[in-house]
Amino acid sequence: MRRILAVLLENEPGALSRIIGLFAQRNYNISSLTVAPTEDNTLSRLTMTTEGDDQKIEQITKQLNKLIEVVKVVDLTDTDHVEREIMLIKVRAEGVAREEVKRTADVFRGQIIDVTANAYTVQVTGPKAKLDAFIRAIGKTTVLEVVRSGATGLSRGDKILTV
Amino acid sequence: MTEMLSGGEMLIRALQDEGVDVVFGYPGGAALHIYDAMFRQQKVEHMLVRHEQAATHMADGYARATGRAGVVLVTSGPGATNAITGIATAYMDSIPMVVISGQVQSSLIGTDAFQETDMVGVSRPVVKHSFIVRRAEEIPEIVKKAFYIANTGRPGPVVIDVPKDTVDPADAFPYSYPETVRMRSYTPSQRGHSGQIRKAVTALLVAKRPVIYAGGGVIQGEASEQLTQIARRLNFPVTNTLMGLGAFPAPDRQFLGMLGMHGTYEANMAMHNADCIFALGARFDDRVTNNPEKFSPDATIVHLDVDPASISKIIAADVPIVSPVGPALDMMIETLDKELEKAPEVLDAAAHSQWWTRIDEWRAEGGLDHHMALDSVRRIRPQQVIQSLYAVTGGEAFVTSDVGQHQMFAAQYYHFNKPRRWINSGGLGTMGFGLPSAMGVQVAHRDAVVACVTGEGSFMMNMQEMSTCKQYGLPIKVINLNNSALGMVKQWQDMQYGGRHSSSTYADSLPDFVALAESFGHVGIRISEPSDLPDAMQEVFSAANRNRLVFLDVVVDPNEHVYPMAIKGGAMNDMILSRTDDAKRIGEEEGAR
Repeated sequence: MRRILAVLLENEPGALSRIIGLFAQRNYNISSLTVAPTEDNTLSRLTMTTEGDDQKIEQITKQLNKLIEVVKVVDLTDTDHVEREIMLIKVRAEGVAREEVKRTADVFRGQIIDVTANAYTVQVTGPKAKLDAFIRAIGKTTVLEVVRSGATGLSRGDKILTV
Repeated sequence: MTEMLSGGEMLIRALQDEGVDVVFGYPGGAALHIYDAMFRQQKVEHMLVRHEQAATHMADGYARATGRAGVVLVTSGPGATNAITGIATAYMDSIPMVVISGQVQSSLIGTDAFQETDMVGVSRPVVKHSFIVRRAEEIPEIVKKAFYIANTGRPGPVVIDVPKDTVDPADAFPYSYPETVRMRSYTPSQRGHSGQIRKAVTALLVAKRPVIYAGGGVIQGEASEQLTQIARRLNFPVTNTLMGLGAFPAPDRQFLGMLGMHGTYEANMAMHNADCIFALGARFDDRVTNNPEKFSPDATIVHLDVDPASISKIIAADVPIVSPVGPALDMMIETLDKELEKAPEVLDAAAHSQWWTRIDEWRAEGGLDHHMALDSVRRIRPQQVIQSLYAVTGGEAFVTSDVGQHQMFAAQYYHFNKPRRWINSGGLGTMGFGLPSAMGVQVAHRDAVVACVTGEGSFMMNMQEMSTCKQYGLPIKVINLNNSALGMVKQWQDMQYGGRHSSSTYADSLPDFVALAESFGHVGIRISEPSDLPDAMQEVFSAANRNRLVFLDVVVDPNEHVYPMAIKGGAMNDMILSRTDDAKRIGEEEGAR
């Protein structure tokens, strides 16, 4: 089962390498990972998606918590949460396809953020499934390049992840 | 006025302020500023080893014997990488250790400079934490944090990587050592949850076939007394892991011996048939459980450990308690006393008495000495050597071991009755650990009797340290069970590979160990006749040899196997008890084909 973990960690050199190392060392899988400092510059927040049953996720959570630089770990999957990912996708846009890509982008509330004579770069945000769906929807057009941020997210409502 | 010190001086001063009395190490280019600061003071002694791996094992032995973190100082590059095996050894057995490694100067990091290694990167999977010093001013706080992290929670090794420019004697900084340390991201558990404690006590009270399974955490957590107390109060049988030996007095009637792959018949049978297992300071290692899917089918598992990640990792716990062992046991004993005062009849005495009858039957049927009596003795049997060592030292020695058959014989036949007396590499299984760890023990306890039970294979992995022993006058007694082979490898090849001894023998190329020991300035004795064993053992520990390192080379029966031995993939009650038993098993397997 796909899980989204949110991790608060000390914003220190080497902290991220310990998390990556842990996953490699213990044979856990990282599907996506995104990290940046928070409003408090001493803390970074990391969101990762991984696969595993309850027992495995429990171990991952515990092992993450054991890392000295990790301040908090939350499995967002367990709670009502918002998940977003940003995708920039460059597609061939020539002839009929030019209008078709524009229309599809509108349907997905994407924005065309760069234009050339033969290509569009579209920005789409949303949960993973929506981004996957967009790629399928423009399937007939030639996709030239895709970059995705990986999922990021937080709990809905008043619940917050903080020190 | 605040004192002005260089980075190197701050580092050494911080060690003094931390109460460190000895550092084990080896100098080199990147560490020379630190070594100079070491030279210019007397409070911290430095012991020079002959190989950095030995420095880490010495620090490890020191830590295991005292409970205080061992300290290592090495240079960058090869010095640092040589230390890795010892750091990994300490990590696997949760031993507190602080390793200071020199590093090339900051401006050269990343340039493939001479003797540069990314020590923080290389050591990352085998440390509890690591630091790299970026500015000299950080040194006191980093040292304070390193010791705090190494010693608290589940202990472990911490590396401090020190670039040469941060310890430059030309720079000076105001020095003060922090009194306390607070880290928002590191708050190890101090005591168990009272609700869980009550649940655990209830589970123990209703158990009809209970076993207490105690590991190294009891020793690390200084909780042997509480363990003994609760076991006696309940009259429950106790088994120790390899790492836990000594946590409960071995001569006690309630003690079933070690459990696991080479554990006693009674310990493994009791574990398999139990209806309640109280695991404390233990982690259900694969050498204990055998096949986890077949593990103790009827047991309620109460698991107490300081490391939450150890709980329900291999075997799901019914009652988990995250706490240092000692404080949780104190709370449990208190609750237990109240319950028993209220209703002493809650303990099912009849069921317990039946359970003890079964255990005593297992003891009689498959006890350790059982199969030994069957064969005639023409050659010295390794087990007898340990029995003789036990007799001569009155069970009071510190015993270290290397890794292999001799390690298991020592664990089985030296009956430890105190914690911190049995020192061996359990988790990583590091050959070469025995001699240097014995040296660390001897440094910690100058007047104690320290024996290193080893085999010639393991011993040769760090025998250069006999020179260090000479330099510092460390009178270790080395008991070498010499079977001219890598005994445990050979045993597995005998049992699982049709007796094909692939690269496990070297009989024609072994040194003359007596001459070897003598060449280092020590005493060497060699025996091969069973009748010579008692006298030779007496001589090793005689008053005349009190201040000498004595190497006793015992030529033992090369065909001896360690029994009992777990059957691969089986449950804990699947054991081969003796050679006869094994021959029968092989015969049946072949018959079945």
